[in-house]
Amino acid sequence: MYEADLRATAGRNMAGRVGAGANTRLPELYRTMRRIRTFEERVGELFVRGQSAGSMLHLSIGEESAAAGVCAHLRDGDSFTTHHRGHGIFLARGADPARMMAEIGGKEAGYCHGKGGSMHIADMGLGHLGANAIVGGGIPAVVGAGLSARHHKTGAVSVAFFGDGATGQGILYESMNMAALWGLPCVFVCINNQYGMGTNIAQATANPNLHERAAAFGLAAETVDGLDVEAVAEAAERLVEGARAGKPAFLAVSCYRFYGHARKDKSPYRDPVEEEAGRRQDPVAFARAALIDRGLESESELDRLDGEIGAEMDATIDFTVAQTEPPLASMFRDVYAPEEPEPEPVRARIDRVLARD
Amino acid sequence: MALQELTYRDALRKALADAMTENPDVVILGEEVGRYGGAYGVTKDLIKEFGAERVIDTPISEPAIVGAAVGAAMTGLRPVAELMYVDFIGMTMDQLANQAAKIRYMFGGQIGVPMVLRTQGGTGRSAGAQHSQSLEAYVMHTPGLRLAMPATVADAYHLLRMALTKPDPVVFIEHKALYTMKESVDLDAEPLAWGKAAVRREGRDLVIVTYSRQLHYCMEAARQLSARGIEATVIDIRTLNPLDFDTIRAHVERTGRAMVVSEGVMTAGVAAELSARITEECFDFLEDPVVRVAGEDIPISVSTALEAGSVPGPQLIADTALRMLAGRVPA
Ligand SMILES: Cc1ncc(C[n+]2csc(CCOP(=O)(O)OP(=O)(O)O)c2C)c(N)n1
Ligand SMILES: [Mg+2]
Repeated sequence: MYEADLRATAGRNMAGRVGAGANTRLPELYRTMRRIRTFEERVGELFVRGQSAGSMLHLSIGEESAAAGVCAHLRDGDSFTTHHRGHGIFLARGADPARMMAEIGGKEAGYCHGKGGSMHIADMGLGHLGANAIVGGGIPAVVGAGLSARHHKTGAVSVAFFGDGATGQGILYESMNMAALWGLPCVFVCINNQYGMGTNIAQATANPNLHERAAAFGLAAETVDGLDVEAVAEAAERLVEGARAGKPAFLAVSCYRFYGHARKDKSPYRDPVEEEAGRRQDPVAFARAALIDRGLESESELDRLDGEIGAEMDATIDFTVAQTEPPLASMFRDVYAPEEPEPEPVRARIDRVLARD
Repeated sequence: MALQELTYRDALRKALADAMTENPDVVILGEEVGRYGGAYGVTKDLIKEFGAERVIDTPISEPAIVGAAVGAAMTGLRPVAELMYVDFIGMTMDQLANQAAKIRYMFGGQIGVPMVLRTQGGTGRSAGAQHSQSLEAYVMHTPGLRLAMPATVADAYHLLRMALTKPDPVVFIEHKALYTMKESVDLDAEPLAWGKAAVRREGRDLVIVTYSRQLHYCMEAARQLSARGIEATVIDIRTLNPLDFDTIRAHVERTGRAMVVSEGVMTAGVAAELSARITEECFDFLEDPVVRVAGEDIPISVSTALEAGSVPGPQLIADTALRMLAGRVPA
């Protein structure tokens, strides 16, 4: 019944979509979303196997369309920041899932050599200016990246991804105001999964029409239903290209956080009926049904693709488990630039102070 | 009268509940303090007991949470604001350091800001660089703010109750690794006064001054040292402001050696302040330099190995004491 629902909705959407079919990016968007979904499921497994560094692992299951849809319109040289639930966005920008998983495991082979972890994975080479564990912490950097792009005439945009919870932070408004004032190539993407930990968006604001505040600052602002990745991608195309041309933008993607806030949270504060309905807003299943309905892929082709992705992501766990912890001495590395002296270890200092002749 | 088994978390919760029962003006505000029960469960079910007007869930807006507590405190409430992680204190520093801390002084003593800011810090959960810090030095460096950091279950209760009677803003920093620690406590027994250090152990050879979770590491180190014939005095300062320097001085003068242990980074930290003060005030009595055993001058990694290596543990504390006393005490 659930599949049938999805197909009916997918069919409706298709009818309203001009030129859907021939030029559609749906197969690629689906692949990106499936890779995110499967990667996140494996992160859950890594935790269950006791191989993750800690339990502060925030899965983006249910919100894959935001990552896939927006990143489909980013290109080399563009930059972005993410919040703490950023695995999917980074994957959609081309990250190596094995190095991501190793980072989540706190291993030397991870993107940040086990220093960052799930909440701080990044690859600056891919334009990722950092995942952040401070709600709103990564937002203003895109204003700076916008200034850089304008100064160097690169044509690049910079995108801040953050959750609905970050709309409580003043720094979002300071940043949007600057971007609008200076006409910077910045996009603010709010992944509205309805919750910030246990707080529903309706318990956090008297006006949950989040795009209205961005519009008030003079940004191009929209809200899109995250169930339909093509709709997200279309909105993103408009807004990202607009930002490139000097009209900064805000996009709220409505979706539902399928599981708990972090690994240990079972969401006792949510109504099971609401949860079930929320999980039915599944952008991956929706895209899959649409692909089949529109004759773009057969069920068996998709099964094969899903299987391949499953194997790829399984391998990230094996890779991670086989990796070593970073060497202890590495903790003094990268506090400052490599050519600078490292901080003196406490033990060495004590030895010096207490040295006897 | 009665001994009861309580966790550090239970004791904090009980302190809040008892204070709210006694004083209808006590209100709690912060992120996830109500329905969720607190990120670390400290305020669990208080909303059921006291209602959503007194246990107030806020948006994720730290500066306004602290600022609202300042205003509430100035106008007759007894707010307990909660900052989910001390790592977010930077965002609130204006409200804390420029507003809360200075209002009594700037306005010539007309009004105080009797609020409590509860938060938690420290390592132990692989929570990474932005959720594992020990930032008490920021607070201690700000005149006008009181600062309490309980290490024991009994202190979790009593210091929080006392904080809620103080005329000035109190920052109350819990340690995330202590929430599940259990102790048998008699909460009716007369508590040590606010602003008094606790001598947790007495020994003739050296004084170890510490607070918060490091107390437990120091006690463990002291046991190891005792097995090797070295007897350490361990002082838990409990409140960093007001600081009970008299107790520290008396013991340092008696033993002639002092070590200061803290989890916060070494440079310009609490251990630096304490060691400078001991050096200045007890100079004539010291046999050795005052040694700081503190957090490395680095951010905290998510890797469990690097995380643990970044802060003092019993081994480093015991090794340091052995070095200080090398040749002075029979092995
Ligand atoms: C400044 C700050 N305040 C509070 C927190 C604790 N915290 C971490 S995630 C979170 C909820 C964030 O919700 P949202 O922005 O909607 O992102 P989501 O988790 O839903 O992806 C909170 C309160 C934090 N990390 N940083
Ligand atoms: Mg959210």
